[in-house]
Amino acid sequence: MRRSPGERIFDCFNVLLLGMVMIISLYPLLYVLNSSVSDPNQLLRSRSLMLLPEGFQLEAYKAVFQNSKIYSGYMNTLFYVIVGTLLNLLMTSLAAYGLSRMDLYGRKTLMKLITFTMFFGGGMIPTFLLVQNLGLVDTRWAIIIPGAISTFYFLIMKTSFESLPISLIESAKLDGANDFRILFRIVLPLSKSILAVMTLYYAVDHWNDYIGPMLYLRSQDLYPIQIVMRDILISSSTESMGAGADTGFAIGENIKYATIIISTLPIMLVYPFIQKYFVQGALIGAVKQ
Amino acid sequence: MELKQQLPVHTTKLKENKRSFIKKELKRNKYVYLMLVPVVLYYLIFSYGPMYGLLMAFQKSYSPIKGIFGGEWIGFDNFKMFFDSYYFWRIIKNTLILSFYSILFGFPAPIILALLLNEVRKKWFRSTVQTISYMPHFISVVVVVGMLKTFSALDGGLFNIFRDFFDMQPIMFLAEKDMFRALYIFSNIWQGAGWASIIFLAALSGIDPGLYEAAKIDGAGRWKQLLHITLPGITPTIVVMLILRLGAVMNSDFQKILLMQTAPTYETSDVISTFIYRSGVLEGNYTYSTAIGLINGVINFALLIMANSISKKVNSTSLW
Repeated sequence: MRRSPGERIFDCFNVLLLGMVMIISLYPLLYVLNSSVSDPNQLLRSRSLMLLPEGFQLEAYKAVFQNSKIYSGYMNTLFYVIVGTLLNLLMTSLAAYGLSRMDLYGRKTLMKLITFTMFFGGGMIPTFLLVQNLGLVDTRWAIIIPGAISTFYFLIMKTSFESLPISLIESAKLDGANDFRILFRIVLPLSKSILAVMTLYYAVDHWNDYIGPMLYLRSQDLYPIQIVMRDILISSSTESMGAGADTGFAIGENIKYATIIISTLPIMLVYPFIQKYFVQGALIGAVKQ
Repeated sequence: MELKQQLPVHTTKLKENKRSFIKKELKRNKYVYLMLVPVVLYYLIFSYGPMYGLLMAFQKSYSPIKGIFGGEWIGFDNFKMFFDSYYFWRIIKNTLILSFYSILFGFPAPIILALLLNEVRKKWFRSTVQTISYMPHFISVVVVVGMLKTFSALDGGLFNIFRDFFDMQPIMFLAEKDMFRALYIFSNIWQGAGWASIIFLAALSGIDPGLYEAAKIDGAGRWKQLLHITLPGITPTIVVMLILRLGAVMNSDFQKILLMQTAPTYETSDVISTFIYRSGVLEGNYTYSTAIGLINGVINFALLIMANSISKKVNSTSLW
């Protein structure tokens, strides 16, 4: 197809602009990666934009890997991600299956009551006191139970279940299957892609959560990686990192960069492979709206 | 007279009918109801429980022994105290300004990005830009703020290297009250615009290609096509997203602000939610902070309903 000069200028301009978007998105990450492996002394002196590492060392990574707080933080986060996400999936599936059944008496009322919670809630303090009164404070359950269902994700899943042919459920019923069987043997196996989307959404939320742990956890050995990182990155307690006096301030900065990379890398590595599922999930969300 | 006499008989019959209907329904769908038991319990406890806890806002103080109903009732005193307090205007102003700027700069960003991406003809280029622009979305708030902090370091921080290029004095960005809003909003755009553009791209892909064909035949250029087909095509999505955004005007991103703020920036960075956290969780003024939270929630909800009903009238697009 032939394009007019005006269109060509626009296309060039567009490509340039989007190129800039890419650079802006990627550059800070590249800078952090470069900094983490750079020689700490050169890093302080160079003051450049650093498109390549200045010098090379892996000491910072060694220090981070040897740090017991980061290790236990990682393990705790894994626990919260795995157990939390499993509970999320179970509860969300139950809710989505139950409420996708059009013939259910009271369905509309329940939906109204649930949707209402998306727009109005008790707020931070009453929730905090509730969790405290339930005796959940300073237990792992405080991180897992209060957020067992995200209403927004539930709506996405329900929409997806509603698109399954109703005759499938009816014929299974005629064959004598009860609803639990129908959900776990028929509906869920047919909904693999929405399950993948939900798993990823919930898992990323657990991976990045720090407000729940900050409010509800007291014991350091329950802390997830995000709290450990907050202490290192924002409260600046690099001394507690065991960087030691001999390595001094300079390596401390490297440790911060290395921590960022280590805590972000897992999700960054998986993400390109799972991107299509994320996009699919957002699409379903958009269709719903 | 006859009618009145008949009426009671009629209603009891109806009630009986209804009762037997519910009985039958419960039996027929018993497993579905069984499945919904944990769900209903969850929402009752963790969503409606805190709403019940809002009653605390009308009490003098909260006692862990006496529970939520055991305190001394003081009516609206907590609310009055808040309206009269020194911090009232500061946190209301900060909350509204942050929200207003976020909408002004942050809301159009993903729409513009989606429109630009939509004009790209090379598929590989488009998907590369998308993949890369989504990336920051997966970085946690803690890490983003940590990056902001290391980047704004006086000595050798990335931001100050940039300032150096333009011969400006290095500054501690996170300790400057005038920098707080800009840092907050632009880092939000950096992190979220790519991801948020997905929804608009989805809406764009839903536009009937036939419309573009017809417009081309009528001699419309790309600009005209944008104005008359593309934009109207995604208007419903834009409106819905905007309503949702307006329903959260009083909510700033608590997680991020709490991590970003430092004592020198309170003047511009202290918002309702951080104030609630400080006075409630840290200082233990439970009932007072609950009252502030209630005001916040009610205003948000009212704004959402208002925005929704306006859009229903003007645009016939609405959330419910």
